[in-house]
Amino acid sequence: MRPIKLCTQTIIQFFIIVGHLGGVGVVDAKPKQVVAIAYISQEQATPPALSNLDPIVKGKGLLGAELAISDNNTTGQFTGQQFVLKKFNVPPDGSVVDVFNKAIADKFSYLVSLLPAGQMLSIADLPAAQKMILFDAATTDDALRNEQCRANVLHILPSRAMRADALAQYMMKKRWTKWFLVVGRRSEDQLFAEAIKRSAKRFNMSLVAEKVWEHTYDARRTAQSDVAVFSQVDDYDVLVVADERGEFGEYLDYRTWLPRPVIGTQGLIATAWHRTHEQWGAVQIQNRFKEQAGRWMEEQDYAAYLAVRAVGEAAARTQSNELKPIKEYLVSEKLTLQGYKGTPLSFRAWDGQLRQPVLLSAPRSLVAVAPIEGFLHPKTELDTLGYDQPESHCQWRK
Amino acid sequence: MLEKNIVTLLLFALTATAHAETVFVTLEKDNALAVVDPIAGKLIKTVPVGQRPRGIAISPDNKFLYVAVSDDNTIKIIDVETLKEVGKLPSGEDPETFALNPAGDTLYVSNEDDSLVTVIDIAKRKAIKQIKVGVEPEGITVSPDNRWLISASETTNMLHWIDTKTNAIVENTLVDPRPRAASFTADSQQLWVSSEMAGTLMVFDVKTRQLIKTISFNVTGVTNDKIQPVGVVIDKQRRRAYIALGPANRVAVVNAQTYELENVLLVGSRVWNLAFSPDEKHLYTTNGVSNDLSIVDLESQTVTKSIGVGTYPWGVAVKP
Repeated sequence: MRPIKLCTQTIIQFFIIVGHLGGVGVVDAKPKQVVAIAYISQEQATPPALSNLDPIVKGKGLLGAELAISDNNTTGQFTGQQFVLKKFNVPPDGSVVDVFNKAIADKFSYLVSLLPAGQMLSIADLPAAQKMILFDAATTDDALRNEQCRANVLHILPSRAMRADALAQYMMKKRWTKWFLVVGRRSEDQLFAEAIKRSAKRFNMSLVAEKVWEHTYDARRTAQSDVAVFSQVDDYDVLVVADERGEFGEYLDYRTWLPRPVIGTQGLIATAWHRTHEQWGAVQIQNRFKEQAGRWMEEQDYAAYLAVRAVGEAAARTQSNELKPIKEYLVSEKLTLQGYKGTPLSFRAWDGQLRQPVLLSAPRSLVAVAPIEGFLHPKTELDTLGYDQPESHCQWRK
Repeated sequence: MLEKNIVTLLLFALTATAHAETVFVTLEKDNALAVVDPIAGKLIKTVPVGQRPRGIAISPDNKFLYVAVSDDNTIKIIDVETLKEVGKLPSGEDPETFALNPAGDTLYVSNEDDSLVTVIDIAKRKAIKQIKVGVEPEGITVSPDNRWLISASETTNMLHWIDTKTNAIVENTLVDPRPRAASFTADSQQLWVSSEMAGTLMVFDVKTRQLIKTISFNVTGVTNDKIQPVGVVIDKQRRRAYIALGPANRVAVVNAQTYELENVLLVGSRVWNLAFSPDEKHLYTTNGVSNDLSIVDLESQTVTKSIGVGTYPWGVAVKP
């Protein structure tokens, strides 16, 4: 790629002419080119507290977006661009479609969404949204990256399939080939379990037992009595739990009939971001985030950060605030987004998923980073995680 | 006068043969400094130096080492002979990389978390200026003619050209993503900048500040995302440049006249920083993950030795 020369001094006009001829853009420090980004979230009903250990984190996402705006603007002071974040937090009983139509439609080209799948899609399908890029910084649904994919949506968080593949690669490396799958009652637990089963097939692992957790969700009762009995199944190497809300998964470890590790949504988890992560400059962003937010960076904060940074990177490189060049840049091979995970991030052209390493973390230590060494791919090893191009059911690109 | 010079030269030659050069390596996780005799190929000793040591440089008179101890938020001055701390510099928070000017009286530090470059008067041990730069400044270097200070910001993806007389930014150049190291050629005519995420190296003409060439590295058996250039050094005659390719575990050898990739040398895991021996016959590489220092014989272009030094070797400095 060619560098873009940024001259803070005079003779700018000359440079503009040269720039146009040579394909090198030069900008004056002022007036600033404004890049406006909208941010939408909806207050969710707080789930019952499972434990007093971890405070309930409110406003996940927003602080990440704000940090990225300030990073973009630090760059912007040298490139003559100014990034503005406008946030819309819809109350629990409010309509996201109304808020979108009233305040966002035709006013913004970029929208970071912290909405659950249903609401996100209801916005993505509106006519005004066709002239935008929606950055989905909240969902992990594989359906949104396959049958239900939308051409105007880019997904930042790793899908469930990517997470399951990351876990599977690690289990394969450890030769934990016999899995005991424990699934919660919620629909999202089912989806996570499906992703696990897909990975089991992909990596030729055997699912020796599968059970639905139907016992209590009360730690004081569950812990000792039920788990030991519940976990008496044929011999297995590892217990894989699918409990996305964290209603019972924490109570499995140390209480199973056989001494076996727990992996999945609890125990060793697969995540886009974790407080234990400090390699590849991660400690810098952990520090900057903590200083600004007063808490650890959560996965959604990271996703919103990357979404806003992606716009910043594309705007700086294209020297534009317009949708077309920015979108072209984002989905091109030119994008090498820095995500503090040791490898450049980019979007998969076939489904809009951000390709990225997935962290495998225990509560207090980072265990591994997938793709695990040895899992090879002809193009990039990152595409060993999740739906690769030939497997994709997304039609919008075809 | 002439006589005196000759005597000094002779003395120098004598001491050079009598005492082989010494290589100093910061060990990020061991909080220590490894002292290596590269001729004997031996780790001589390891001395504690402070929390999370990273950047390291030796003063032009070879009397002092400067070591950025990141978690102690300072740069320590270490006596090369006794390896004892003789002073501290007010580096600002979390110092990682820094650069000395050719005279050795001024030190420039990248303050990654605060998007600043701190200018330190070494004699007074005082910070005399803070320069606002892009997000996460990392690579920093001063041109041998002392005209330019270059700061590269990793997240802003920019080179800041700072006038050393005024300590003010004169120009900013966007470069490939996540610039890491910047090095001038000995004649101050060219600036070589590595970009970790893009896997490239950009060569700039200093006079016009225009890009001359972008070099990419295709290495058989290594996927492109593993090629993450970090440290870059160019020999004095500008015959060859050597670039540490990080997790590709290799050092690239580039013809510095034609910019062609001539060779790739397998060293250790996650090779980070590089330093020449004083005669430029050898290259020393710190390999962060395999915990060793590789010695490359530059004439035969072969890796002749690897020496275990400790956990997370980071920076390297050589005393003649």
